[in-house]
Amino acid sequence: MDKTVVMKATDNVATCLADMRKGEEAVVKIDADTRSVTLKGDIPFGHKVALTDIAAGGEITKYAETIGIASQPIAAGEHVHIHNVESVRARGDKA
Amino acid sequence: MTQFMGYRRPDGRVGVRNIVAVVSAMDNTNPCASRIADIVDGTTAIATPFGRTQIGHDFEMTLRTLAGIGAHPNVASVLVLGLSMTTANALADRIRPSGKPVEALGLQEAGSTMALTTEGVRVAADLVVAASEQVRTECAFADLIVAVECGGSDTTSGLASNPTVGLFADRFIDAGGTIILSEPAEFMGAEHILAERAVHLKDGRRIYKMVQWFEDEAKRNGVDMRGTNPTPDNIEGGLTTLEEKSLGAIAKGGSRPIVEVVDYAEAPSKRGLVIMNTPSAACESMTGLLGGGSHMIIFSTGRGNAIGAPVSPTVKITGNPHTAATMKENIDVNVSAIISEGEALETAAERLWDEMLKVAQGKITRCEVLKEDQLSVSRFGPSV
Repeated sequence: MDKTVVMKATDNVATCLADMRKGEEAVVKIDADTRSVTLKGDIPFGHKVALTDIAAGGEITKYAETIGIASQPIAAGEHVHIHNVESVRARGDKA
Repeated sequence: MTQFMGYRRPDGRVGVRNIVAVVSAMDNTNPCASRIADIVDGTTAIATPFGRTQIGHDFEMTLRTLAGIGAHPNVASVLVLGLSMTTANALADRIRPSGKPVEALGLQEAGSTMALTTEGVRVAADLVVAASEQVRTECAFADLIVAVECGGSDTTSGLASNPTVGLFADRFIDAGGTIILSEPAEFMGAEHILAERAVHLKDGRRIYKMVQWFEDEAKRNGVDMRGTNPTPDNIEGGLTTLEEKSLGAIAKGGSRPIVEVVDYAEAPSKRGLVIMNTPSAACESMTGLLGGGSHMIIFSTGRGNAIGAPVSPTVKITGNPHTAATMKENIDVNVSAIISEGEALETAAERLWDEMLKVAQGKITRCEVLKEDQLSVSRFGPSV
């Protein structure tokens, strides 16, 4: 069973289907391609890993849709979550 | 055409349960309704906070919801309680067009809560005995309305349980059935996908407008919606933003065209995929879905949320292997093999279909047997 899954070919994040450790290879199948990144830290079950380097302000793509923007530069293999991603919707705090 | 054994009601609708509802028209007779339901087997108390001195659209929504529950085809007959006969009849008169037996009692006319309880027990017992004579007959599965709901979501919701529910929804609609998808605040970031599927341009616009209303509320209150949505358990489960949660949430609605958009607790007038405007809180949303006539609710959960609705059997489905193990006694359909063993979504959807058919014919859900149900009618304005 694969330990990571990517939803659509254009996504720049994959979801971990097991608790994964720093240094582990996350292997994802995208159509006929197989890509892998080395985890830069531990990532819990259900959380996301960056498949490519993402610049600050860059879009995070899952389901081939934008799910937020990077609040700081994110390197391939890094844990992608609330510490480095911001929502762009319903931000009354920024109004 | 798939058939199932159900209850045919005088208004032509079919039911999957044969409940006698003891409905309290307002908060002040709730204890009496609960007491009567505790004493009389086969009854369910419909007791919600508020009702008194509500005004305008807000009051209409409460009345519509309670009337919708009373008229619901899973309900065989109804006893309405009010502080006076005037308030009891105001609600009872909205249920009577369904053609089922409806009785009304007033506290002030009865004299005291003990007198109302005694009289209510007598009336409810008669209703239950009479309702027990009704037998299930062959009905079309596709005459049912199935609502799809999620709560306690995590990333497995979008990967496993919601897509399974979505496949069920497509198959059910193709068979001629109706699916209701609700909670537009959790369309945020995915509303363009749904709006494009609206058959009528006005419904597409309304989907954008409903989502905008919730987004404006967050802005008006000066808050980052992330403080509450995604919720802390959503975030622990790997959901980072509301957009990500929404894209997973709308998967429950499958892929068919949207034929209608209805208001809270409003009954659909068309068959197919229908959107209902409800808040994201599961109990409030399910109460609206119930009021709108949903026969059964499929409730998808990731981290684990065990609550269901009364009257409308709530089927719990999870794709999270941890939740499937720890919350076993609350889960009806375990599709975590999609995550842990690579089970095909189609196979999982097939299992869900079989379970829904069984529940329609009387199989008791985990929410029903453990009485995990809660009503909560949405409020959109103050009492005065």
